[in-house]
Order: sequence, then structure tokens, then C-alpha cells
Amino acid sequence: MSEALKVPTMAQYTAEGKQPEVLFWVGCAGSFDDRAKKITKAFVRILNKAKIEFAVLGTEESCTGDPAKRAGNEFLFQMQAMGNIEVLNGYQVKKIVTACPHCFNTIKNEYPELGGNYEVLHHTQFLNLLLKEGRLKVEGGKFKGKRITFHDPCYLGRANGEYEAPRKLLEKLEVELIEMKRCKSNGLCCGAGGAQMFKEPEAGKKDINIERTEEAIKTQPSIIAAACPFCNTMMTDGVKGKNKEGDIQVMDIAEMIANAEDL
Amino acid sequence: MNYLLNILFLLALFVGIGYFINNIKKIRRNILIGKNINRFDHPKERFKNLLFIAFGQSKLVKRPVSGFLHLVVYLGFIIINIEVLEIIYDGLVGTHRAFSIFGGFYDFLIGAFEILALLVLVSVILFWVRRNLKKVKRFWNPEMKGWPKNDANIILYIEVVLMTLFLTMNAADYHLQQLGVTHYAQVGSFPISQFIAPLFNSMTDSSVILLERFAWWLHILGILFFLNYLYFSKHLHILLAFPNTYFGKLTTYGKFPNNPTVSSEVKLMMDPNVDPFSTPVETDANATPEKFGASDVMDLNWVQLLNAYTCTECGRCTSVCPANITGKKLSPRKIMMDTRDRLEEVGKNIDKNGEFVPDGKQLLDDYILREELWACTTCNACVEACPVSIDPLSIIMDMRQYLVMEQSAAPVLLNGAMTNIENNGAPWPYNQMDRLNWKDE
Repeated sequence: MSEALKVPTMAQYTAEGKQPEVLFWVGCAGSFDDRAKKITKAFVRILNKAKIEFAVLGTEESCTGDPAKRAGNEFLFQMQAMGNIEVLNGYQVKKIVTACPHCFNTIKNEYPELGGNYEVLHHTQFLNLLLKEGRLKVEGGKFKGKRITFHDPCYLGRANGEYEAPRKLLEKLEVELIEMKRCKSNGLCCGAGGAQMFKEPEAGKKDINIERTEEAIKTQPSIIAAACPFCNTMMTDGVKGKNKEGDIQVMDIAEMIANAEDL
Repeated sequence: MNYLLNILFLLALFVGIGYFINNIKKIRRNILIGKNINRFDHPKERFKNLLFIAFGQSKLVKRPVSGFLHLVVYLGFIIINIEVLEIIYDGLVGTHRAFSIFGGFYDFLIGAFEILALLVLVSVILFWVRRNLKKVKRFWNPEMKGWPKNDANIILYIEVVLMTLFLTMNAADYHLQQLGVTHYAQVGSFPISQFIAPLFNSMTDSSVILLERFAWWLHILGILFFLNYLYFSKHLHILLAFPNTYFGKLTTYGKFPNNPTVSSEVKLMMDPNVDPFSTPVETDANATPEKFGASDVMDLNWVQLLNAYTCTECGRCTSVCPANITGKKLSPRKIMMDTRDRLEEVGKNIDKNGEFVPDGKQLLDDYILREELWACTTCNACVEACPVSIDPLSIIMDMRQYLVMEQSAAPVLLNGAMTNIENNGAPWPYNQMDRLNWKDE
């Protein structure tokens, strides 16, 4: 990391009477989880490099309410949602990008009925757009030819039908993508969704992240690519559980792009 | 006296179809116990789903082996049933193979039916082998013990019997046609049953006629029996798959419905212009406040109840469920089976009492355990896997909502996470004011 990150807030933009191109919704994991913070920073480095005018809400951001809703607490979800919508609408936000598929899904699909209408993009979709518009260049760099498998996040893939955006980025990185048997619409959950991240699993014979990690290991990858901070945690734990942390890294695609560029 | 058989036939038809309609009415009544939900929107899109998913079997063939076998049986049953029209006509009017007036086309039809009948027979036997000898895992989950297991095999046996009767009937007919027996004009083509016919060479004409009539009667009575068996079986999907795909969820899987009552409450709470000391507008003092979520079948909506009747217990949902794969108690198929079992129990209660009299039981705890509900990762794999657009996840979510909003009965750790969200806007106990600290770390 050569320069300091430039992370302007919406409040700063508004104070200057300006509007950024896009709001970066960081999310709780991206803000507080040590592993996920690295993804956040990698994504910001890409945004800085591509000279994207973006802003974050900073201390005005609050949980989207996704875990509350999936846990069954509709009231808490809508409290969170309407609070956030008030802030977002107050800043007249039009376009949102986020590195968390859960935030992405909730804001994109469940906020409109409650008064929050925005164009919402997952960071892999946004990065593809930048590539298409020629505002960002991605080259293989250190990942060229490496065996890499991609774990589809449920809330990006099945929930929203986006299977191609992350794969196109991996293609740009010139990796050797080895698909797991269960991929795309048949992808197996990492075990974190539906608020499982915040509770102990029910009794069973195995943890879901172990089942999924075993499948990923079968492809003999040097990197398991992820596109969700929760999948990242689950797969990282899985790799550790299998004593493979020396051979296999779990990386978000944003981190791979930032690394390839030595950002 | 000449008309005795025709009258008997009419009677059989009347009883068979009448009893069936009576039971269909019960199913309809039970489904409408469910809450209202509008699934009549976007008719074009719905029709497309009906066409592709139900008629086109687009999701079934995603598993090539069982998908192909199913396609054969499905096409076989739909097409061979054209023959039933002729059987009904012959039975009522007293003709024999009345449709043979269509000449060459009739020959083609009968030939096609025969080939399909053989293919169905082979497919059904392979189904049986997969289920009972190969023991495909999804047919051996705990919820598949007892009646569900027997039901599945009974259906296969009935299909074997029906197809065998159909081919026997044709073979006997062909045999008699060759001998030039009266009433058995040379019509139809019998690419399959002509190879069965030589078995009758040592039999007298009259016993072959008897056999032909016997097979003809058993075949149509068998079909009527099968029709009425549906009501008691998982096999209802052959009818309900069509409406079920039509009324399925159209929005993206990730979008879970927002409760409008909660929305108005929250809006009121957040509205700075609301006078906090005003008395609420008096509506009906005796009205019971809305119950959140579902603890019993009447709290579910009619599409969820239609889903339950449509489920044919194939278990594709369960075989892709991450919780089930890793040995948890949750099985999306069981959620659907439990919902139907409870709904039928409620239906019988209504049959007996005229209206539902509380029986001290409910879907939650008496059928579906909390442990099952909390094991779900909401990954939508079950929804994606279902070949007929059943949504087990929506039932799981409604029941979780009941547990949390009506009973505050979430797992302890989840309660902690929710308290954090409430207090500091994140599921972990970090201060919201620290949300941007990562920038300088």
C-alpha cells in the first residue's frame, strides 16, 4: 500500500455541494470484521486507482437488517431499513455498490417497497462495468495461470441470478478457473446465510463450511475465490479446519484484482 | 339385457369420477383455509412458467437420468390417455374400437400408444430399481419411512399393472383380429403386443375374448381407481403441478416479502409529526391483533398450502439442502409433508365438526420442530431444486417469524445479535461511531 486511502463521506460531499457517482455501502462485516476490512480496503484501492468519485456513509451507515429479517424479526428489519432509507434518500443517493451480497440483496430487493429505490450493484458487477467502460484495467499479473475455484455466494447467485460477473473478473485475471461440482445455481451454501453466522449450528454430523471446503479442496486450488465477507470467513475457517492454510488462500475477487495490480 | 354392461360402465364412471370430484372439492376447501395472497398478477409470465416448468418439464431434466425417465412416463401417460376417450366411448355406446373410423391415423395412434406403453413400463421398472435396489439416497431419508415409502411403490405397481393390462388387451384383440373373430375387425397397428399375441395360440377363441374383455374392464376400472388413489397419495402432483407452477413465486428468490402491517407501525414510529399522546384511532375494539408469522396451517397462505398438496416427495430439495447434507434435522421435503399432514388433519376436523375446533395441536412443535427451522441457511437451494416451483423456504421463514415476533424464542446467540443491531446498528457489539475506523487502520 503506497498511498493513504481516500475515503470521502457523503456528508463531506454534500458539504461541498457535490454528488458522488456512487455510494459504497460498506456493511457491518466490511466495517468491523478484521478479515472483511481487508476486502473493503482492497476495493477502495481499486476505486481510488480508477479515480471513481465515491463516498461512504461512515458513521451514518447502519445494518441493512438482513440478519434480522432472515432470523424472523421483521420489525427490527423494517426499523433498520426505514432508518437507512431516510439517510440514503436524504443524500439523494441513486447508485449503490457493496461488497456484501447480503446488503446487496436486501437493498436491491427489499428496500424499494419501503421507499428506497436505488440502482444497486454488487462490487463484482461494478468492477465489470468499469472494465467495460475502460475506466479500469485488469491484467493477470501474479494470478495468471493459477488454479482457482470460485465459491458462489447464495445471495449473489441463486438469490439474484448473478453468476457471470465474478467469473468474468477471474477470466480477466487469466486464472485457470476450476469449477466445483456444485456451482452456479447448484452452488452449496457456505453455512453463514439466514443469520446462521450469528448462532451455533444445530446438531449434525458436520459443519456446512467443512462440507463446502472439502469440495473446494478437491479442485486442488491455490486460491478459493469468494465474493462475500461471510463466505470468506466460513471458507477461511474451513481451510484452517482442514490444516490447509499453508497451501490454499481464501481471497475476495476485489483483493485479487488489487493484488494483481500491486495496489 | 343388452344394455347391462353399458349401464354398469356408466355406473363405474359415475362413482369413480363423482368420488374424485368430491375429494377435489375437499382439497380446494383445505387450500383456501390459507390466507389470501395475490398470485394472479403477471398472467403472461405465469403462463410461461406453466408452459416451460410443468408442461416442458424444464427443471426435471436438470437431473438427466430421473428427468428422462420421468419425461417418458409423463408423455406416456398424457398421450396414452387419449385411448381412454375411446374406451369411454366404447363403454357407453357399446361399440368396439369406435375411433378406428379415423383409419390410418388410428393405426398410427395405437402404434404410438403401444410403444409409449412399453417405454413407460421400462421406465417405471427402472424407477422401482432406483428406489428399492439402488437405494438412491433421497428416497431413504427418515421422513420416507412407512406410508410415504409404500405410497411411492404402490404408484409404481399400479402403473405396471395398467400398462400390462393395456398391452394384454391389445394383444388379445390382435390375436382375435388375426383369426377373423366377429366384432374384432382388423384395425389398429400393434407393434408391441403382436409379440405377446402368440402366447394365446393354445387358448380357445372364447377364452381369449374373455381375456380381452377382462383386460379392457380392468384397465378402465384401474384408471378410475388410480384417479381416486391420487387424493390419498403424494401422486396428486400429476394434476396440481400445473396450477402450482402457475402460482409460483415470480420475484427473484432473494426477495422475501415485507409485512405491510409492520411497515405502517414502523412508519408511524418514525414520523416526527405524529402526536405521541394522541389516542389511536379506534377501529374495532374486539378485533384480534394480527398474528405475526405462522404456527399452524391457517397462518400460511393458500399458495403454501397448494405447495404442500403438490409435493410428490421426490426429495430433490432435501438432497441439495446444506443443513440436511451435513446431518441436521431440517429436510425441506419434510416441511412440505408435515404441512400437508397437518392440513389434512385440520380438514378432517372440519369434516367432523362443520368448522375447525381447536384440537390442541399445531404445525409448530407437533409436526415441525424448532430445531429444523433454525437450521435453515435461507440459501434457496431447495426452491431452485424443486421441479414444480414449491417454496419450502417461505414456510420456514413464516414459522421463524412466529417464533421471534410472537414468542421471542430465537436462539440465545441470535437474540444477542439482534440486540446489537437494535443498539448499535451492527450484529456485533461495536460502536456505530467506529464504523469508519478501518480507513485509518
